[in-house]
Amino acid sequence: MAKSASDPQSHAGHSAPVGAALKVYPAPKELEREPLVLNNRSLGWITDAIAGICEKPMPKWWWPAFIISFGVMVMMFSMIAYEVSTGIGVWGLNQPANWAWDITNFVFWIGIGHAGTLISAVLFLLRQKWRTSINRSAEAMTLFAVACAGIFPVFHVGRVWFALLPGYLIPAPNANGIWPQFRSPLLWDVFAVSTYGTVSLLFWFTGLIPDLATLRDRATSKVRKFFYGLFALGWTGSNRNWSNYEKAYLILAGLSTPLVLSVHSIVSFDFAVSVVPGWHTTIFPPYFVAGAIFSGFGMVLTLLIPMRTLFKLEDVITVRHVELMCKVILATGSIVGYAYGMEFFIAWYGGSPYELYAFKNRAFGPYWWSYWSMITCNVISPHLFWFKWCRSTMWFVWLISIVVNIGMWFERFVIIVTSLHRDYLPGSWGYFTPSWVDILTFVGSFGLFMTLFLLFIRFLPAIAISEVKGVTPQADPHHPLGGAKDHH
Amino acid sequence: MSAKPTKTYGLLAEFDTAAAIMHAAIECRDAGFKKWDVYTPFPIHGMDDAMGVKKSLVGWFTFAGGFTGFFTGMGMIWFMNKFDYPLVVGGKPLFTPLYAFPVSYELTILMGSFGTLIGMFLLNRLPKLYNPLFKNERFKRATDDRFFVCIEAADPKFSQARETLEKAGAQVIETVED
Repeated sequence: MAKSASDPQSHAGHSAPVGAALKVYPAPKELEREPLVLNNRSLGWITDAIAGICEKPMPKWWWPAFIISFGVMVMMFSMIAYEVSTGIGVWGLNQPANWAWDITNFVFWIGIGHAGTLISAVLFLLRQKWRTSINRSAEAMTLFAVACAGIFPVFHVGRVWFALLPGYLIPAPNANGIWPQFRSPLLWDVFAVSTYGTVSLLFWFTGLIPDLATLRDRATSKVRKFFYGLFALGWTGSNRNWSNYEKAYLILAGLSTPLVLSVHSIVSFDFAVSVVPGWHTTIFPPYFVAGAIFSGFGMVLTLLIPMRTLFKLEDVITVRHVELMCKVILATGSIVGYAYGMEFFIAWYGGSPYELYAFKNRAFGPYWWSYWSMITCNVISPHLFWFKWCRSTMWFVWLISIVVNIGMWFERFVIIVTSLHRDYLPGSWGYFTPSWVDILTFVGSFGLFMTLFLLFIRFLPAIAISEVKGVTPQADPHHPLGGAKDHH
Repeated sequence: MSAKPTKTYGLLAEFDTAAAIMHAAIECRDAGFKKWDVYTPFPIHGMDDAMGVKKSLVGWFTFAGGFTGFFTGMGMIWFMNKFDYPLVVGGKPLFTPLYAFPVSYELTILMGSFGTLIGMFLLNRLPKLYNPLFKNERFKRATDDRFFVCIEAADPKFSQARETLEKAGAQVIETVED
């Protein structure tokens, strides 16, 4: 298999003569797709390259990265402990902005999760084979982002035991026998987010089973053999099992797709169902979903570009993969930009003076700086991806991916705070400023996210080994590299 | 495990390419074996037909789960907000399927997913932490880069197994003990 890198698979599948009279010529070079795994790597190479990462000791940078992330995470939990023990007043929010960084951070993190599900489920249904190199880590990112997201709505109630007591979030009667009332989108949100977290975990675990079996079979120490063996559940790679497995995977993808669309739609209902000018708009569900995918792909790139370099996975996560993700960012970024424009149009066309004021205030009021940061990051920066240089230069893509996430955080801040801080009654107008606890809690949530992600790449295969093998020519029984003879 | 001497579990044959295992599967199917399986590091497209495996039944479990989820949601909300403690909020109706829909929809997906996974495990007889095949050193590569066929000793035609596997072009054939 150690052919030179310049050897393309020019004699690919369909070049074999089909009949005596009919000869099918290989596709011209310019029409051939770039392979998903570069340099014609063998199946064994793929196993070694990916499973090797979590078998060898971690590289030198891992420990400092982990210790810093862990420290930042501890800071977040200290902030939460301070907030719970002292009261919600340690945060900067108050009348009239009763929601501020808490819900901004919640929507920010839950939105980031959406790219993972989009990659694992929607691209699977669309038969986008390139997803195999990135879906595992993107799904892990989803889970960790949902974990970060969950913290904010739970702790923004201040006396957190109220969130967990019957009658508030969980469907059980409170002390007076009153049940939670299901007419509120806030309760729909509880069900949407917890279903999302659970189904993402199931989907992720299902995908992991065959790879855990690979790690079990390669394990040399007793401890590794025990734990990987336990979680691999006795997987053998039997085709009778694969048959049910593939069906289950397909169905889970089919269930996750409407799920991911519903989750951010329901998150947007938290706003859209209210009567607050700036929130009460029908464009919210699709606009939130597009924004979620936009920010999520940004975060996937932020994580994967360093990962592919640091672990030398350039042959598996290729430049083509990165370019394709940039194109998704470009597409969803354009939808988001369109939605911003349409919101303004409807505010004017709808004829409600309150709505129009809310939007004028958004762009030119006291929070103008956040609005224009959002526009710069979300509307202008993705359009750089029209240029091939911008899509295929790794440091540049990485930079833009961070800009995208900053922009999407500002989007939620703009929606929430600018709509709330000036409502119908000028006497109750105010200006929200975050407290230091607000800021450190949010920064700390990145510590939690990175700690979980670093542990993930330490202990689990960061790329779906069996799925990547499945899209190589070696896996195709009708391809010469898969062992096919010229005639059969 | 019993203390008596080991008995044969089956005959394990190793192949090195996807095409070779496909060919072997067709040979085994046509030879009329019943208790046999193919082991591959990734699912091979077309292998179900080559082996003669029937369509998976996982979908029925999904349906059962999803059906349960939807009506659990509707029933729960009707019970809580209309039946057990009716409370008018904002002048809205005590129950309509409209406001109960988002939660029921989520529960459809939640329970449908659990149904799918439970169905997959039941049909695959997983978790199964003991398998005689795990005692074979070569078989470790079934999750790496090798392809195997195992014909079980319990198969009525087991006496013809070695001959069929040899004819199919197996590189190595070994007996697996239980």
